[in-house]
Amino acid sequence: MATSTLGGLRLACADVAEATASDTVDGVAARWVAWPRSTEEVSAVLRAAAGLGLRVVARGTGTRLAWGLPPKGLDLIVDLSRMDAVLAHTAGDLVVSVQAGVRMVDVQDALAAHRQRLALDGADTLGGTVGGTIATAASGPLRYRYGSVRDLLIGITVVLADGTIAHAGGTVVKNVAGYDLCKIYAGSLGTLGVITEAVWRLHPLPESRRWITATTPDPSGAAVAIAAVRASQHDPTALEIQRAAPGDAVTVGVAVEGVTGGIDARAQAVADLLGAAAGVAVAVAEHPPGWWGQPLPAPQATVTCEPTGLADLLTNGPGSLCGSAGAGVLACGLHDDDRLGTDLARLRDIAQRHGGNAVLRSAAPHRKAGLDVWGPVRALTLMRRLKDQFDPDHRLAPGRFVGGI
Amino acid sequence: MTYRGAKLAVLAAELSAVVGPDGVIADRQRLRTYECDGLAQYRVVPGLVVLPESAEQVVAVVRACAALGVAFVARGSGTGLSGGALPHAEGVLIVTSRMRRILEVDPANERAIVEPGVINLDVTKAAEPYGWYFAPDPSSQQVCSVGGNVAENSGGAHCLKYGFTTHHVLGVEVVTPEGELVWLGGTTRDVAGYDLLGAFIGSEGTLGIATKIVVRLMRTPESVRCLLAAFPGVDEAGAAVSAIIADGVTPAAIEMMDALAIEAAEAAVACGYPEGAGAVLIVELDGPAAEVEHTFAAVRQHCTAAGAFEIRVARDADERARFWKGRKSAFAAVGRISPDYIVQDGVIPRTVLPDVLRRITELSAGTGVRVANVFHAGDGNLHPLVLFDEAKPGEAQAAEQLSGAILDLCISYGGSITGEHGVGIDKACHMPRMFTTDDLDVMQRLRRAFDPAGICNPGKVFPTPRLCGEVPGKRKGVHPLQAAGLAEQF
Ligand SMILES: Cc1cc2nc3c(=O)[nH]c(=O)nc-3n(C[C@H](O)[C@H](O)[C@H](O)COP(=O)(O)OP(=O)(O)OC[C@H]3O[C@@H](n4cnc5c(N)ncnc54)[C@H](O)[C@@H]3O)c2cc1C
Repeated sequence: MATSTLGGLRLACADVAEATASDTVDGVAARWVAWPRSTEEVSAVLRAAAGLGLRVVARGTGTRLAWGLPPKGLDLIVDLSRMDAVLAHTAGDLVVSVQAGVRMVDVQDALAAHRQRLALDGADTLGGTVGGTIATAASGPLRYRYGSVRDLLIGITVVLADGTIAHAGGTVVKNVAGYDLCKIYAGSLGTLGVITEAVWRLHPLPESRRWITATTPDPSGAAVAIAAVRASQHDPTALEIQRAAPGDAVTVGVAVEGVTGGIDARAQAVADLLGAAAGVAVAVAEHPPGWWGQPLPAPQATVTCEPTGLADLLTNGPGSLCGSAGAGVLACGLHDDDRLGTDLARLRDIAQRHGGNAVLRSAAPHRKAGLDVWGPVRALTLMRRLKDQFDPDHRLAPGRFVGGI
Repeated sequence: MTYRGAKLAVLAAELSAVVGPDGVIADRQRLRTYECDGLAQYRVVPGLVVLPESAEQVVAVVRACAALGVAFVARGSGTGLSGGALPHAEGVLIVTSRMRRILEVDPANERAIVEPGVINLDVTKAAEPYGWYFAPDPSSQQVCSVGGNVAENSGGAHCLKYGFTTHHVLGVEVVTPEGELVWLGGTTRDVAGYDLLGAFIGSEGTLGIATKIVVRLMRTPESVRCLLAAFPGVDEAGAAVSAIIADGVTPAAIEMMDALAIEAAEAAVACGYPEGAGAVLIVELDGPAAEVEHTFAAVRQHCTAAGAFEIRVARDADERARFWKGRKSAFAAVGRISPDYIVQDGVIPRTVLPDVLRRITELSAGTGVRVANVFHAGDGNLHPLVLFDEAKPGEAQAAEQLSGAILDLCISYGGSITGEHGVGIDKACHMPRMFTTDDLDVMQRLRRAFDPAGICNPGKVFPTPRLCGEVPGKRKGVHPLQAAGLAEQF
């Protein structure tokens, strides 16, 4: 049986092998791995997998395979690492087309040569592939000004569970032809199809940047300072906070970017504002603080809240906290022991008081077991129907997503 | 009475009980008011019009339609330019004009919550006293509804920097085509699960009816600077645009008009643009004063270097409004130089702008059909106005052909058939030129997840045999909506 499966897969893709001990997804071992080199080859592999009834997980660099829940079953990993080309970068149009297996850091390097960037940052994001970034909707500090994957992705090519190749969007920024399927792939954890190509909207790299930071022992003072920056007209690109543990001081960090001629005046204006609001000393630097855009170790949750909920979160939230206070999306580092469940519940409680939620992002599989990883999910019936339409046999990353999808 | 007619009579009685007798229109004369949207060449008198006042009433109306398998179409202010709100002769038109409450303006949380019929500009008016505004600013913003903006993912002159409606909506309360009330998104970002909010925005009323919308508010910028630059021709103006973008500047807006569009605007509103201009650019920058001051100087230099023979800088809000007046009135203004016109909405990569404009000029010269060009130059969204006189035999057809050729041109350069007006009924037949049969089938899968019965604004966005005749390209099996027995309704 196993050999005939391998034989069947080999007809679809030149590079297929038996899985090794390291080919696991969140603790679940795969049996085979395929390394397709083109969208057509991905399509052939998925058609073969459909014929063989294989359950499939797509893999980039594998940095965020522990997000969501472990798959309910896994036969085949489709590894995109050989689809790592930047297909087209037309600098004058501020658009880049890439294959899904290219690493984000390589994309950024290619763009930087033209003084441009894809406005998705964070050390974690940069280490992953384009496909993984889309599937996990990873983001960093820049999301305050530029949004996240959903806001920057303008075109996508995916292969559905039955091998169908589908495109949506296009290669121009402004485009309302057809449904914007890019959106449903952002954060879908590989449950709707294998992403093979993406087209992104780009932004110019700023001439100059400054980081303004203020550390205060008073969490509500930090929240007041953040509110002051939001209500100001200084147009920062990032508005971050960092707090190591409950009761610890909170650092507020603001990034200002723009032309060299105006940057110092703008940085000083932000510094004055922060200082006055938080009543503490403020530092202006030409480099980001060490914690800027750094991921928290597992287990960690993503916590969201409305702007006015921040004081409550900073005062009463468990664990370590960092992330985009400006966008209302933060990471919360939790204890890797029995406290995880209660802390997650407490965090979720606070978030829900302010219109948000807490989702357990990454944790060892045995820690996630028995926990409500996702919290309450609205419109779940529609999401299940969408899954049924795109992957009727539930063979793509089964069980990794909300509501058992 | 036909079978369908009988269904509508039953519905009319049922719906009167839901929304009150004055909320149901069945009188043929009054129904005619709703026979078209902003694209008047398509007209269908709706079977019935309903004017609900609340989400609960919309739920009841949709459930009644679903129970009888009657198609329904949502309508906001009816300014759409692709026939998206075109009614069905045997269906119900659900109009949101009685759902115009602004439920909440919350500057501390940078949002407002509004009903779908609220007029776009009224959101900004409500937020302005606090120093905030709603960024999407379609030229129709004095009349179009936020529900319509959501359905069309509308843009505006300033979407170059600030994005489209999809970037400014956090959550939508939706009545699904089966009559369930659900929330997509919410009041925060990164809501768990699939981004159905993102899929709903821009779905042109085919996935349900928005009954409440949580919109993001933006802080009004500290400084706004605007200039009007006159060039000998569109090539020079295009070069200025490229130079500005290449310099890493992201203006709030860059708009271009060619000689014919200027002529029309002068005739209509006497905007007083520099004489002899073959093209004008309006460039607006906004943001912190310290930033804008420097980038504005750079923009001026780029315009001069590219060949601008006159640059006017707005000294105050009044002068800025005058610059914009010519541009904003451009669509209506061509009425002064031509009895009829077609507005196109194709998009091209900005870098091929000069090539495409040259090709449009050639097409125009070759056919004798005049084209006035007005466009969002910063993002390559063209609005060619194809001029004709209905009364002269053959002109309408020639204009149609030219306008189709322009869309083909956009596609051949890697662009799109629509940047902001939507596909609706008008461009449904062009969809197969941009997407494969598989692409369109996959989009239909999303539609089926929301609307398995195919009763929510059917016949829009996707090509149908009835609308387009033989659809080019191979179709796998029967069209899903046809299979569901709904094809006649198209
Ligand atoms: C002079 C003029 C200038 C314009 N300029 C611009 C511009 O600069 N940028 C731009 O993007 N557009 C522009 N438009 C097009 C149009 O104004 C926009 O598409 C607008 O968003 C439509 O809003 P409406 O309320 O009129 O919607 P309608 O025309 O009533 O409906 C449009 C679509 O939305 C659906 N719909 C309406 N309400 C709902 C709801 N509550 N739930 C679900 N679906 C709904 C309808 O079914 C239909 O498919 C312009 C139009 C005109 C006439």
